[in-house]
Amino acid sequence: MDPVAMGAVQAPGVYQGVADVIAAVMLLIEFGMLRQALARDQVRLYMAQSALISVLAIVIAADRNLPDLYALAALSAALKVVAVPLVLRRLLGRPRGNSAPDEEEPGGVAGSQTLSPASAVLAGIVLAAIGFFCFGAMKIHGMAGGPGGKNTAPATALSIAGAMVLVAFGLMIVRRDVASQAIGFFSLENAISLAALVVASGLPLILETAFLFDLLVAVVVFGMLIRAHHTKAESLSTADLTRLRG
Amino acid sequence: MIGVVLALLIVPLVAGLTCFALAAQVAAAVTVVSGLASFALVLAVVPAAAHHDLNYLSYLRADAVSTIFLLATGFLYGAVAVYAVGYLKGHHDRRFYAGLNLFAWAMLAAPLMSSLALLWIAVEVTTIISALLVAIEDTAAAAEAAWKYVLIASAGLGLALLGTVFAYYASAQVLGEHYNLAIQPLIQAGAQLPHTPVRLAFLLALLGYGTKVGLFPVHTWLPDAHSEAPTPVSALLSGSLLAVSFYAILRFYQFTAASLGSGFPRDALLAFGVGSLLLAALYVFGQRDVKRLLAYSSVEHMGILAIGVSFGAPVALAGVMLHVLAHAAAKGNAFMGAGVLVVKFGSKRISALRGGLDLLPWSGPLFLLAVFALSAMPPSGIFRSEFQIVYGGLGSGNYAAAAALIVLVTVAFFGLTASATRMLFTPAPLRARPTLSRGEPSAWMVVPVIAGVAVLFILGLHPPGELTGLISRAVAQLGATR
Repeated sequence: MDPVAMGAVQAPGVYQGVADVIAAVMLLIEFGMLRQALARDQVRLYMAQSALISVLAIVIAADRNLPDLYALAALSAALKVVAVPLVLRRLLGRPRGNSAPDEEEPGGVAGSQTLSPASAVLAGIVLAAIGFFCFGAMKIHGMAGGPGGKNTAPATALSIAGAMVLVAFGLMIVRRDVASQAIGFFSLENAISLAALVVASGLPLILETAFLFDLLVAVVVFGMLIRAHHTKAESLSTADLTRLRG
Repeated sequence: MIGVVLALLIVPLVAGLTCFALAAQVAAAVTVVSGLASFALVLAVVPAAAHHDLNYLSYLRADAVSTIFLLATGFLYGAVAVYAVGYLKGHHDRRFYAGLNLFAWAMLAAPLMSSLALLWIAVEVTTIISALLVAIEDTAAAAEAAWKYVLIASAGLGLALLGTVFAYYASAQVLGEHYNLAIQPLIQAGAQLPHTPVRLAFLLALLGYGTKVGLFPVHTWLPDAHSEAPTPVSALLSGSLLAVSFYAILRFYQFTAASLGSGFPRDALLAFGVGSLLLAALYVFGQRDVKRLLAYSSVEHMGILAIGVSFGAPVALAGVMLHVLAHAAAKGNAFMGAGVLVVKFGSKRISALRGGLDLLPWSGPLFLLAVFALSAMPPSGIFRSEFQIVYGGLGSGNYAAAAALIVLVTVAFFGLTASATRMLFTPAPLRARPTLSRGEPSAWMVVPVIAGVAVLFILGLHPPGELTGLISRAVAQLGATR
């Protein structure tokens, strides 16, 4: 993943290197979600991925002297690392006050792969490659008009965000349980945040904040629907959601 | 005028929030008042918006294009608020009324937002509230439909958000980093915007918002959600929500056309439009559920809107604007009529709905009129709008697309009218007759449909001068970028 080979015009500085590494680790975590069998562990991976987004926001804030981004990083961490996983765990938990939710529940999650884990990861690699090279080929290099007019955008990180978007869609497609599908959607949102941080770090704070609160509301709604489904179907699987067709 | 625009944002919001705290029957009354008041407020905006753009508080903006979509939502909100009182007779639910008002609030807010980011947030809020409304009947089928809807629509809106990010990226290069994604400066800066990000932004927005519009191949949530939602919500989803999402695409179309020329966005819209129309024309045949039938008809009409914009000719764009209004009235009527049939017969299956004309002295003929209107029979407004779109297509040299439009609309006409004829003209089976007496379930469910028919005739026969002025101005705003 040499940025020079990928079309960047200059050798990566510290900031670019950090951004690219964070993006790459986020993509690896996305693969972890694709592979993971327990809903609880998927939520943990989501927390780690979200924490990395906050770290990246801090790095960009320091490098480009954008104080707004510190606030965004704090808010993002509070919501995505603490609040959202808390809500998800609570809602994924016991459907009718049963004990030990996650140990019984993965009946829906572990057995929910439509592909074997190896095939799913292989498909993920193909998707990631398509996303990576397509975004790379577009040669979009961050904010040309950044502070001092320097071209600071890590092009590789954007390509990785493109790869993450496709892998997140892949996760939603290859898993048949509501928990993984919801986590897939939230990690899609993380991928979009990554792309936004890389190419549009100057986006006004008020809009970023609105996006985050919107996400929180979406989590609650997802959670309510997961719970409704869980109670009705007594599993997290979507395999029986086949009444409506045609 | 700022008072009117602010009231438009405040009245449904306050109505929605207070409904949570009120007794169910009081909530019903509040909803009716809020619906009718909102429609009156939208009407008050029309004369001003027909002459100049309204900008307030730097985040609110109503121009001619947004006012057309406000009109569609305002009318349907008023109609559905009245209809819901009859639909929920004896089972009033304050959560439902609260959700209905908040849903309408989000749909009225979306066209009033001056920035692409706020527009995205408003559309996302419509998804969240409407998903809960789809699930409100708490059946297994409703939970399934709501889950598919929220997952597919949210994923689509994720792509639209990515499109918005790229729109910011493109525009910040010209307008500076502190640019707040306002739509108007973006259109004005069109010629200087870098091409690749603009192209990417438009395609992502078309696919993303297109998911909520119900364009093929990302329409799959639509028939499920429309069929399982309570009928008043189905009417709002179909007549208003799809149009509001289409409005978002139009905004992206405006600055993309200003930047790249209109050829690229028009080609993309044509591909999605023809695909949607083809799918819907084939799927209306063989539908067994009356609400799914109408849902596929919505996919058809959204396809027509996309094709109309792709023609690019001013007369076709005027047809598109008129079609948004006429489709809201016709589809609202069709869903409300179907809702009466469903309440009367206790089933959504077309095979169980028989003898509608005998048993429903008002709603039977009104449903027939709604289906004819949807099939573009004169003198309904849809006949006029589709005529303009086809005329514009032929005039601008898009012969193949115009011919495809005519053929596919005719196919859909046969599918729709065949099912409607079976429901209305086939006599009810003898064994069902003793349990079904002639009469309407509720007058509340008839009055708004009559209002819808009146609107359809007005739009088809003689649109008021203010409306024609508004449409002309909207066409200039959409076409000025060509």
